[in-house]
Amino acid sequence: MGSVPEEMALGFGDLVGDLREVYESGRTRDLEWRQSQLRGLVRLLEEKEEDIFDVLREDLGKHRGESFRDEVGVLKKSIVDKLQNFKNWAAPEKAHTPLVAFPATAFVVPEPLGVVLIFSCWNLPIGLVLEPLSGALAAGNAVVVKPSELAPSTSAFLAANLPKYLDPKAVKVVEGGADVGERLMEHRWDKVLFTGSSRVGRMIMTKAAKHLTPVALELGSKCPCIVDWLDSNRDSQVAVNRIIGAKWSTCSGQACIAIDYVLVEEEYAPILIEMLKTTLKKFFTKPEYMSRILNEKHLKRLSDLLADRRVAASVVHGGHFNPKTLTIEPTLLLNPPLDSDIMTEEIFGPLLPIITVKKIEDSITFLKSKPKPLAIYAFTRNEKLKNRIIEETSSGSVTFNDAIVQYGLDSIPFGGVGHSGFGQYHGKYSFEMFSHKKAVLKRSFLIEFMFRYPPWDETKIGMLRRVYRFDYISLFLAIIGLRR
Amino acid sequence: MEAVAVAAGAREQLRASFSSGRTRPAAWRAAQLRGLLRMAAEMEAQICAALRADLAKPRTESYVHEISLVTSSCKFALKNLEKWMKPKKVPAGLLTFPSTARVTAEPLGVVLVISAWNYPFLLAIDPVIGAIAAGNAVALKPSEIAPATSSLLADLLPRYVDSSCIKVVEGGIPETTALLEQKWDKIFYTGNSKVGRIVMSFAAKHLTPVVLELGGKCPVVVDSNVDLHVAAKRIAAGKWGCNNGQACISPDYIITTKSFAPKLLDSLRKVLEKFYGKDPLRSADLSRIVNSNHFNRLKALMDEEMVSDKIVFGGQSDEQHLNIAPTLLLDVPLDSAIMKEEIFGPLLPIITVDKIHESFALINSMTKPLAAYLFSKDSKLKRQFERNISAGGMIFNDTGIHLTNPHLPFGGVGESGMGAYHGTFSFDAFAHKKAVLDRSFLGEANARYPPYTHGKLKILKGVMKANPLAMVQAIVGCTGGA
Repeated sequence: MGSVPEEMALGFGDLVGDLREVYESGRTRDLEWRQSQLRGLVRLLEEKEEDIFDVLREDLGKHRGESFRDEVGVLKKSIVDKLQNFKNWAAPEKAHTPLVAFPATAFVVPEPLGVVLIFSCWNLPIGLVLEPLSGALAAGNAVVVKPSELAPSTSAFLAANLPKYLDPKAVKVVEGGADVGERLMEHRWDKVLFTGSSRVGRMIMTKAAKHLTPVALELGSKCPCIVDWLDSNRDSQVAVNRIIGAKWSTCSGQACIAIDYVLVEEEYAPILIEMLKTTLKKFFTKPEYMSRILNEKHLKRLSDLLADRRVAASVVHGGHFNPKTLTIEPTLLLNPPLDSDIMTEEIFGPLLPIITVKKIEDSITFLKSKPKPLAIYAFTRNEKLKNRIIEETSSGSVTFNDAIVQYGLDSIPFGGVGHSGFGQYHGKYSFEMFSHKKAVLKRSFLIEFMFRYPPWDETKIGMLRRVYRFDYISLFLAIIGLRR
Repeated sequence: MEAVAVAAGAREQLRASFSSGRTRPAAWRAAQLRGLLRMAAEMEAQICAALRADLAKPRTESYVHEISLVTSSCKFALKNLEKWMKPKKVPAGLLTFPSTARVTAEPLGVVLVISAWNYPFLLAIDPVIGAIAAGNAVALKPSEIAPATSSLLADLLPRYVDSSCIKVVEGGIPETTALLEQKWDKIFYTGNSKVGRIVMSFAAKHLTPVVLELGGKCPVVVDSNVDLHVAAKRIAAGKWGCNNGQACISPDYIITTKSFAPKLLDSLRKVLEKFYGKDPLRSADLSRIVNSNHFNRLKALMDEEMVSDKIVFGGQSDEQHLNIAPTLLLDVPLDSAIMKEEIFGPLLPIITVDKIHESFALINSMTKPLAAYLFSKDSKLKRQFERNISAGGMIFNDTGIHLTNPHLPFGGVGESGMGAYHGTFSFDAFAHKKAVLDRSFLGEANARYPPYTHGKLKILKGVMKANPLAMVQAIVGCTGGA
């Protein structure tokens, strides 16, 4: 049995102990085993695709189109990429050795960290489990997955199916809420990956410190989108499509890399707003094309953001909430006050503030005063502006002329910096996140340099100086006695 | 409190300097590195004097293990700086076609380096080299347990590098705590695991990433199939030749077979006498114990009941001069303090087993060390050692020298730490690798957007599988019907 009902695993000591034994037996290090696990994940995604669409609709009201685009499809591609490459990644890599250590060979040998713990989040409840899980398995670890209890159907799906498609001795699912997470963290792990809020991230890292457990934290942030003047109508429409795609089409804006707010020049704002309104109507012809808000608590949180009178006054489109269906229509705001909650907290919902600046370059100054976000987006053809954004701002990543799509690329690292977290994954980075790179130096007994050893005298020190300057000729001459 | 004011003040100044952009240009970074090079060259005598005052470190060790390593680290960084700073293009793939992707390295911002007392010059400057190369502003807190080196650094650094961006903050526990309470973009700590835990808990409050270079018990397995004399010399060089055993990568204990132990002991005795003479307490080639705390700690390890009668060589000590002679012990109990704690001194227990393979279980019963060593000519044994022993780093047929190779990452795993540095890894430790994706406005895939239809889903599935027809459909904006 691979899943542990919360009532039974009060202390989790047995769970961790068992997994450690399994890991130490060497089972998970075997390349064939890792391949079978990755294949198992691919089969899970193929055979259970409809079930996955069902649980995502139950938990979040996600449409299957969105579920495939953002979770299932990306995952399959990424896991196939790992299947093709993990053997290369796991192979020792030769490192250059200076002649001074001759004869010697040096290698960097990746090894699994051991027994790792993955905390997932509720908004991409399949993706945020399976992507890191595939990396941890490719790297040869034993894994515990703790799905978010706020997406209960998905959590139950994972608890029922991961043991069927993966090795239940080495991969366990632990369901439950915050208290379960805290109790898991009382134990030592070889690595913990946490995706979620900074508040919980702090608790996780503090508990990890007691055991010197290394952690990676994928936290939230306010991802800004700079929208520059775009001369052609076609470009503008493409930009608007992509902005909408990155806000309301992605879990109704409940995503760490969703566009949180827009920065645009004063004169361009009305044009942008009109285009957004028109295109929103074109895309969201049926309510089922937008995910719902997770639960009442989050609905209240979002409606409270609009409770501030000044903020309510800045609404230029939408604003309607339906507590019965847990939906909020796409809402645009123009210049809500910068000190309001909607401009200081991560929105994580379908409300889009549009902040105007005099010149588009002012948006860079604006961003420099804010905490570092997970992603910065900019729609522009101005190469100088692009370079200034890269050089003068800091963020997990930067994407020009699109948004969210960086998540699907296996060749670039995905992760935050500063407030948005630390540690990177996706593609090879997922493998490395759960690996230790062991330095291995192999020496032979031949060729002994006497000047390595005490008792010390000036001659020996002179030899050593030559060695450390990589002054081999002078060293050779000194050894054969032709130099002092 | 004054310590808090000093810490907050230092951090504020460093933040202002970093925000001004001063540390970003390659020219600034190179100038600082060249300043450190000059400092190591011009101040060699003063540095050696400070190390002698703090540790009675022999001049050769000061030169070979500290100054020359700083010099080569600076040179390596200067040589590679441009390469490290250059963005790296990566394939963008078909999913976002047409687009370009690259990874660019940016400084984290303002970082804190907390150094250790045993290599007080090297372990202060080496991480600072990485921080500077990556374009950060740095606060350096040298160890107060090596006070002569600490005040030398406080005096020299402002003369050789830009003190608006690189600051030394001296002090003990209150000063270090005050620094840890500030918010940094990274903290780099070298020391023991008890304090490592404290550093990480402080870092957690600000969600600050850390590198922890900690210690452990570095085992040396000695097989009978070796060139014994060479092995003994190399073990001695890594143990007593490295600050008299007070080094994180020093051999902590030896495991060998019962049948081979007498030969090994004999060889070690000969080598020790050759290196340090018949009266090692008077040898100028051995560091002293750093202070009376550690002296008493080591004495207690030696004097423990069931341990003191296992001393087979050495054991002499001189409390007044804080000297302890190279000491060999044979088969101390595995539950004695000397086998449970990191020794960090000139005592070397030798544990015997029946078959050499039994050494693996013993090593794996302890926490993962910073380094593990095996002396053997047996390829199969070496392969098994590499596969089954986890450690920060590993050497076959030598000790300690892997840290001189800038192409190898140097760091621990498990209890011995997290993160790595040296060479490129130093730069990486203090940089954020930012992904930059540049998409064109062409290739607008309408299949991405609602209203979601069956036809669109089909196209998306094809795109994910890199199906050429689907790619074309996506790029030209097909929606595949209803």
